Amino acid sequence: MHGLSTFEPKNGFVKWLEARLPILSFAHGSFVAYPTPKNLNYWWTFGAILSFMLIAQIITGVVLTMHYTPEATLAFSSVEKIMRDVNWGWLFRYAHANGASMFFLAVYIHMFRGLYYGSYKNPREVLWILGVIIFLLMMATGFMGYVLVWGQMSFWGATVITNLFSAIPIFGNEITTWLWGGYSVDNPTLNRFFALHYLLPFVIFAVVGLHVWALHVTGQNNPDGVEIKDVEKDCVPFTPHATMKDGLGVVVFLLLYCWFIFYVPNYLGDADNYIPANPLKTPPHIVPEWYFLPFYAILRAIPDKLAGVIAMFAAIAVLAFLPWLDKSPVRSAKYRPMYKALFWAFVVVSIGLGYCGAMPAAEPYVTVSRVLSLLYFGFFAILPFLPRWEKTLPVPATIAEAVLAKSGKVEPPKPEPVKAAPAKAPTKSTRLWK
Amino acid sequence: MSTATPTPSTDETSRRDFLYVATGSVAAVGAVSVAWPLISQMNPDASTLAMASSEIDIGAIPAGQIVTVKWRGKPVFIRHRTADEIKAAQDGDNASMPDPATDKSRVQKPEWLIVIGVCTHLGCIPLGNQGEYNGWFCPCHGSVYDTSGRIRKGPAPRNLDVPPYAFLTDTKVKIG
Repeated sequence: MHGLSTFEPKNGFVKWLEARLPILSFAHGSFVAYPTPKNLNYWWTFGAILSFMLIAQIITGVVLTMHYTPEATLAFSSVEKIMRDVNWGWLFRYAHANGASMFFLAVYIHMFRGLYYGSYKNPREVLWILGVIIFLLMMATGFMGYVLVWGQMSFWGATVITNLFSAIPIFGNEITTWLWGGYSVDNPTLNRFFALHYLLPFVIFAVVGLHVWALHVTGQNNPDGVEIKDVEKDCVPFTPHATMKDGLGVVVFLLLYCWFIFYVPNYLGDADNYIPANPLKTPPHIVPEWYFLPFYAILRAIPDKLAGVIAMFAAIAVLAFLPWLDKSPVRSAKYRPMYKALFWAFVVVSIGLGYCGAMPAAEPYVTVSRVLSLLYFGFFAILPFLPRWEKTLPVPATIAEAVLAKSGKVEPPKPEPVKAAPAKAPTKSTRLWK
Repeated sequence: MSTATPTPSTDETSRRDFLYVATGSVAAVGAVSVAWPLISQMNPDASTLAMASSEIDIGAIPAGQIVTVKWRGKPVFIRHRTADEIKAAQDGDNASMPDPATDKSRVQKPEWLIVIGVCTHLGCIPLGNQGEYNGWFCPCHGSVYDTSGRIRKGPAPRNLDVPPYAFLTDTKVKIG
């Protein structure tokens, strides 16, 4: 997409650099002149919030690495040392642990936003799939980071999750032993999880780069789900409009993040993880971190080991097929009454699964999670057939029309010769960046 | 090249094609021989493989008690079964279960049941003397085992595994 202004360096050094590495014009094109749809709402600030969280996690994580010992007999006490002895160690650890939760909270909102407004549809399929890959990488990173604490929940969480691979037919046990580096979760497992937990955030960083690249090729979706027709009329430049809006979004999100860090730092954790890992005693009630609970509930809902593991991974993998499962030509749920109802039902089902995942493996939760698992996959199963029954509402022709309709003003009828309206009467919005 | 004029391209296999295939094959062999150590290094190392066997004195275990010992980093349950428990296990031989096995095939001496204490579902340690069959109950995902360590209910696919063991004397057992 071409930008709303051009980068014209006047400074001699900038000109010199531009001729050798056009990085400043690239940044200008991507983050200053980049055309942003006028009608974006605050749900679109979560991209910036997620970028902020990724950087925050990397910085706090690197700091923690300087004080942590990845060895089975020392790991737990080195974490306690960070909490008690290291200068500001408590702050970095609480920021990192709660940061993971905040990261997942933001990514779930970001994903549901994409789901609601049809952001996965043509031409944004690759953008969406890159997002699913980032989500998978985040899950792997979050899981391995939680193991590093080497408390009871770390150890037994690691045992349960790595045992998922033992469900693979024929080679299952060999693969699990290979993952462990032994016959159970032990020091070799901790070592490799530490190495990978340090590596994966940078892999995420790279895939986020691809994600943003793909975004800047297709342009952003918007709440009305209509493509940009006229950059001048439908868009505003990224800076200052989106920069400021994203800034406010990040600040409000930071309030919540800080509330967790400073007031309830252990609310999202599990008390059992303050007990050092004991390979001979399973805690009476194993629960993963809250952000894995819906998938954990699906795993437990199925009374067969292999089928349960397949269903759990399928629950994530199915997201990647969404662009082809949803066949409706209309993007935004705003104009799709049936899809809108279905979307909210899906949100309730997902939260319900999360609740069941936190409960013990007993009735009535087993039956409830079975029903909810069926409904979860039912959402994806019904999508291809929805356009047969759904009567969509009239979609505005352009973003500008949608914005004007909202403010009560009607778009003035276009003068017959399209290229009329000469420069003598520039509209108010174009003056903003010209 | 034997001639000065270039030969017109044909579908015939040329010496150059052979060189491409040969070079590619060598590169593939090289890639695999580098990949193998990269994968293999993650398998258990020599110290982990040096599998220790454990000798346990079972003379002090009263009937009805389960003792947990560690073998290869995993818990092993030694259960001194009561007459009722043995009977319950043998009566269950003909019940339908996911992994059918007779009680006799799982013990060397009926009063001593020795099994690896790792749930065959996802690796938790089941709790003894609990569950519907009073054998073991896994708190993680609700698998129920009977007094022979056989899976009767829940998601676990297999009975609790029986480790290799031998009675050295009446009161001493060697696991491994």
